[in-house]
Amino acid sequence: MTATMIALRQHHHRLTRLTLALGLITGLLMPNQGLAQERQEDPRVGLAAGFLDAGQAVHNMELVRNLPKPDGFYDPEQPSGAPRTPPPPEPAEGEEVPTNPPTRPPQGLSYTNSDLAFIDNYMFVGNYHGFNTYSVEDPQEVERLASYVCPGGQGDVSVYGNLLFMSVEQTRGRLDCGVGGVEEPISSERFRGVRIFDISDIRDPRQVAAIQTCRGSHTHTVVPDPNDPNNVYIYGQGTGSVRDGEELAGCIDLEREGREVIQDPDEEPDTALFSIDVIQVPLGAPDTARIVNRPRIFADPETGSIAGLWQGGDHGEGTQNSRMTTQCHDITVFAEHGLAAGACAGNGILLDISDPVNPVRLDEVVDQSFAYWHSATFNNDGTKVVFTDEWGGGGRPRCLATDLPSWGANAIFDIVDRELVFKNYYKLPAPQSERENCVAHNGSLIPVPGRDIMVQSWYQGGISVFDFTDSANPVEIAFFDRGPLPGELGTMGGFWSSYWYNGYIYGAGIARGVDVLKLTPSMHLSQNEIDAATEVELGVFNAQNQTIIEWTPSPAVAGAYLDQLTRRNGIRAAHVTTLDGLLGQLDQPSAELPDELDALATELESDARLLPNNASRLHSLAETLQDLSASLR
Amino acid sequence: MLNKVMAFQYLTIFALVFLTMACRSTAVDPLSPDVNGGQSAIGSSAPLLQGGAPGEPNRNITVEEATDLSGIQHTAADVEFMQGMIGHHAQALEMTALLYDRSTWQDIRMLAQRIDVSQADEIKMMQGWLTARNEGIPENAAHHTHGTMLMPGMLTPDQMAELAAATGSDFDRLFLEYMIMHHQGAVIMVEALFASPGAGQESQIFNFSSDVIADQSMEITRMRRMRGMLEDR
Repeated sequence: MTATMIALRQHHHRLTRLTLALGLITGLLMPNQGLAQERQEDPRVGLAAGFLDAGQAVHNMELVRNLPKPDGFYDPEQPSGAPRTPPPPEPAEGEEVPTNPPTRPPQGLSYTNSDLAFIDNYMFVGNYHGFNTYSVEDPQEVERLASYVCPGGQGDVSVYGNLLFMSVEQTRGRLDCGVGGVEEPISSERFRGVRIFDISDIRDPRQVAAIQTCRGSHTHTVVPDPNDPNNVYIYGQGTGSVRDGEELAGCIDLEREGREVIQDPDEEPDTALFSIDVIQVPLGAPDTARIVNRPRIFADPETGSIAGLWQGGDHGEGTQNSRMTTQCHDITVFAEHGLAAGACAGNGILLDISDPVNPVRLDEVVDQSFAYWHSATFNNDGTKVVFTDEWGGGGRPRCLATDLPSWGANAIFDIVDRELVFKNYYKLPAPQSERENCVAHNGSLIPVPGRDIMVQSWYQGGISVFDFTDSANPVEIAFFDRGPLPGELGTMGGFWSSYWYNGYIYGAGIARGVDVLKLTPSMHLSQNEIDAATEVELGVFNAQNQTIIEWTPSPAVAGAYLDQLTRRNGIRAAHVTTLDGLLGQLDQPSAELPDELDALATELESDARLLPNNASRLHSLAETLQDLSASLR
Repeated sequence: MLNKVMAFQYLTIFALVFLTMACRSTAVDPLSPDVNGGQSAIGSSAPLLQGGAPGEPNRNITVEEATDLSGIQHTAADVEFMQGMIGHHAQALEMTALLYDRSTWQDIRMLAQRIDVSQADEIKMMQGWLTARNEGIPENAAHHTHGTMLMPGMLTPDQMAELAAATGSDFDRLFLEYMIMHHQGAVIMVEALFASPGAGQESQIFNFSSDVIADQSMEITRMRRMRGMLEDR
């Protein structure tokens, strides 16, 4: 870190100390009290409906700008996707019955914005209808670079080097990206699987391969192999129906014998159910990518049954009905920890992915409140994982005041000795209306050093930022929400994915486009903590392929640890004063400053031995001070 | 000499402007009304591309071409599927309505409650789908009409009467047998839908039919297991 960069951060640092001090006086000592009051008058309740003019509620963040969906990616006759007005009354007897209504039916869902991926200064916004590419070089003035039409849903995107991957599951998907669908039930023109694009020319991406799979690809995961620089792997998660073996050889469903539509899975050991697709992509020749394995990750190690996990059904009276584990909805890998977390219908599973082609199941859990295990996010240390439950599939209002707070929520687990230990649930704390589809959905970590913080989409429940450092006591920090979309009966919409990327939160809205947001300081999160997160510069982001975040020592990082310790009463007041003084001198360092920083670090280290509850943060702060000191010498 | 250079420059600029305009007219019409609320202010030079097959180039298309979903409009088979499935689901509700007076088995009562919630929810969704497309919504009881062809897996009036007359564990056994058959019928209906030319292409019907397969298959498995429990009792 250079002296100039340090100087630039100084004024932020001093302001924050004041904000934090005020926060302490006004009730930080009882943090939950403030939040409880906030909830009673939650501004998210009762927001006015509308399309781009709906009511808004924002707390501890600010909306930088909205990027409406570009032309070609919404129904021109019904941009919001709302259903049309009911039909005219039936004609009287004898009157001619109109055969075809004059207007087209709504096609909102066919233009659904879905998942996001980032590389360098580029953002890719997946859509059921293709994808859009933006430059986020200046997040205040995001610029669209290209719109690429290639339908098939869900259009989830990932990037790796100069390759872009996209999931396709619908029967309308075409190998040639055409919008016309596929008329014939069995056709060589149909595409369901993972598309691979070369994005070397960002404004003119080229499809280089299309890997057909039996159940299509609902989502997928980029899986790097640390031991193999020549290949990258894709886990394809298919959740649709198994297509006919005549269309794609080797695709075998279970429903085959007369009226016996469901066989015992073990009678059909080659069924396309109960598996994922492992695709090998040679980086030098991506057009030769192919499926190399369909591992039986749900197998029972004792009986050998391929359907060894949850068989479907509830867990006793008053419990949720959990889907049978025939598939994973999503898998998140953390290669540096050698782990993957699978959200697999009726189970949450933990996988060892040291050998990406042959993942090995380490543990599996069920949860009596989970209907459908949907996605997973690790914390940075790989010691916790947040699973989501997409109860109702995403299209239903599942955040009503009458819904249980443990249903359609997150379940937070600790990872202890490579096993999952349940700690608590977290659900959007503000009830939503009947018109708003709402349930836990995709999110990412916000890289604040010393804390586990996640930003997450809740469809029309909006965006919620929460802290799960104490996995048994998650706490909301910030939120953004809009009122329902037009349409009395409810219109599918809201945020699909909300991810942090290099200082900003990008929320992919199904109907209203992408929102760019910034965090603002509050008693729950200081300016130093926001600055320290913003200083982390990633070159690539795929939500399902996590990488370890490392912080370069800086005044903001030191300030973030200091603010956290102050908030917990975990540091001597005298040390706070000393440290404030020392950090204030960093822009014009005296000759003694390095020694003074080191001396304080030594004192903090000895305090760490006395205060076990704050030891790790005191240690992190001491280490940061030593690094700052070293940079001055 | 100077004039020649300038003339050349003007010509070049003119050519560039002309080319830019020509390119734009295929990608984005700058004069088109902005129905979506302000997108035209940014990224108006971004191309709108129609992807090509693997190895093939892209081409510029118009917004009209990009949004021409006439090829994936719902078909008569989609409408019949939705209309038929409403009656199919409605019969499941009639079957569970019989159950509450006739069975005290807690497991089967809970199964019935789940079927009630999910099928009622889906009936609402299917009615909304048909309404938005100006297609007729059948009465829930339309399948009782004399001469109506029964959807796969549906009970005949005689079978319904047989179920209504049963009591105790006979009822439980018959209920499971008929509900398994009924659910298998729903799965067959989805398979038939996907086997009809042009059907099942629309996003909403794709999502719904995929859910029907997953949910009903799961309940079939569960009911099979319950039937096994009944035999063991």
